[in-house]
Amino acid sequence: MAGSTHASAMTDGALWGDARRRLRGNRAAIAAAACIAVLVLAALLGPLASPYAVDHVDWTLSPLASPPSLANGHWFGTDSNGRDLFVRVWTGTQVSLLVALLATAVSVVIGVAWGATAGYLGGRVDGWMMRAVDVLYALPYMFFVIILTVVFGRSLWLIFLAIGAVGWLTMARIVRGQALALRQREFVLAAVALGLPARRIIARHIVPNVLGTVIVYATLTVPQVILFESFLSFLGLGVQEPLTSLGRLVAEGALEMETAPWQLLVPASVLALLLLALNFLGDGLRDALDPRLG
Amino acid sequence: MASDALFEVRDLGVCFTTPRGRVSAVREISLEVRRGECLAVVGESGSGKSQLFLGCLGLLAAGGLVEGSARFDGQELLGPDAGPRRAALGTRLAMVFQDPMNALTPHLTIGRQLAEVVLERGLLDAATARARSLEVLRSVGMPDPEARLRQYPHELSGGQRQRAAIAMALMTRPDLLVADEPTTALDVTVQAQVIDVLRGARDRGLAVVLITHDMGVVAGIADRVAVMYAGRIVETAPARELFAAPAHPYTAALLASVPRLDTPLAARLAGIEGQPPAPGAEPDGCAFAPRCPSALETCHRSRPPLESLGARSVACHAVRLAPGAGP
Repeated sequence: MAGSTHASAMTDGALWGDARRRLRGNRAAIAAAACIAVLVLAALLGPLASPYAVDHVDWTLSPLASPPSLANGHWFGTDSNGRDLFVRVWTGTQVSLLVALLATAVSVVIGVAWGATAGYLGGRVDGWMMRAVDVLYALPYMFFVIILTVVFGRSLWLIFLAIGAVGWLTMARIVRGQALALRQREFVLAAVALGLPARRIIARHIVPNVLGTVIVYATLTVPQVILFESFLSFLGLGVQEPLTSLGRLVAEGALEMETAPWQLLVPASVLALLLLALNFLGDGLRDALDPRLG
Repeated sequence: MASDALFEVRDLGVCFTTPRGRVSAVREISLEVRRGECLAVVGESGSGKSQLFLGCLGLLAAGGLVEGSARFDGQELLGPDAGPRRAALGTRLAMVFQDPMNALTPHLTIGRQLAEVVLERGLLDAATARARSLEVLRSVGMPDPEARLRQYPHELSGGQRQRAAIAMALMTRPDLLVADEPTTALDVTVQAQVIDVLRGARDRGLAVVLITHDMGVVAGIADRVAVMYAGRIVETAPARELFAAPAHPYTAALLASVPRLDTPLAARLAGIEGQPPAPGAEPDGCAFAPRCPSALETCHRSRPPLESLGARSVACHAVRLAPGAGP
């Protein structure tokens, strides 16, 4: 028995070192991380590299929608209103990423607090807290968000708040499971024996230990949020002009699919690449941290 | 004698609600610990010695119930008012657990874990907490204390971890330390060092309850010994008298089963035939009777009460304490 506990302690303490090593060995994850880094950099610097503004209509073109060309400076072409697609795609990526990160942050904060408290306290408190999660889970997610956007108008803040408000449910369940397992560990008993209050134990002893799992699921939540926001934009409920997002661009491009295919292909490719890379990275993180989750 | 007692347990019982009904881990325990003394509680695995103290401190797992009285410095810990227990636990009364690998939080540095005990309760400010941490680490014989503060548990050896765990318990300068098998998970040379640490703390006035199944460890530090079998105390005595002249047959068998350096290699290890009864399946009469070489007819029928004479007490039909027994 001493042997097995020794092994788990080694992995726990050396967790981040081991995980970093395992991650570095995972080529797909490294490639994905690099890809994401490139896309983020492009999103931030792209609009600065091009002479065009995001809503500038280039009247010199005829027709207004022109395919990608190095000659006239519209490297990704223009949309049906003559606006430069290169700048719009990267601006849209910025918005999509911002929404995804903020919404994920909201769900992480609420989900971790809820799940860690429920898992640690256990018993009836746990029962009630998780029943609440079950009930909220049953709500039709889509209707809820749509109703919110109709009632409060379509501001950017509202979108990520709405997405985050529903996204915390899965995070809470996952964290609660981890907290339940951690509660049995001897260092929690030792902390209780030293008279530390419950909120202190949850905050300093339980939550940092679930961070590994939280990071993995947060990384996998980001692409889900991007996709959801894209879907909202596709329905016309997402971000409003002159702001744009990858979803809006895809929606607009789909309308012109036959005559101006680049308008769909460019934002769709960026979106697909981003989602793929995020999923690969999330998988890689999960594998890297896995031995500890076991 | 009773007015001197720092920690007094009267008629304590611990039971657990299981799907099979209520199962007793510990029954009718009465003992006391005086200031500055080391009481060793000895017994096999499953004798209930850990549950006894977990129950007193209110640390039982779910489904555990404790009845009886446990008084610390005159205040009842198990009463309807949880105030005295919450006030005492972690400040004047501390507990150290068996496995040092798991008792320390893996992702916090030693320094933070030590300081947490005093900072969380507002007992000291950060600078004083750090000074106290260093002082306590030095008192437990930790090499290079300044470096340890910044290290994580996995960077320490097993013996150092146990010392850190003991140091954490000593941060608030408690009056009583309950050490639950602190040496079991360590190798022999490190065991000796940890016992030295506990002995040093005892010599400085700390009362220690040492829960163990290792008689060698008991010999190294205990002032008094309580022997437990099947959830009950069967003998208590000053340590020297217990080793010199054990009264209860179980104690005698325990001492006889410890291998000695001068035993010839080819000789068989002396054990005790049979198994202790499972909780909930204790026989009528004395629980040790089925395995006892001195068992009488009456032992199988009626359970012997714990009888005291002077500093010793024993629960056995076959043995009578005589005044002045022992060297």
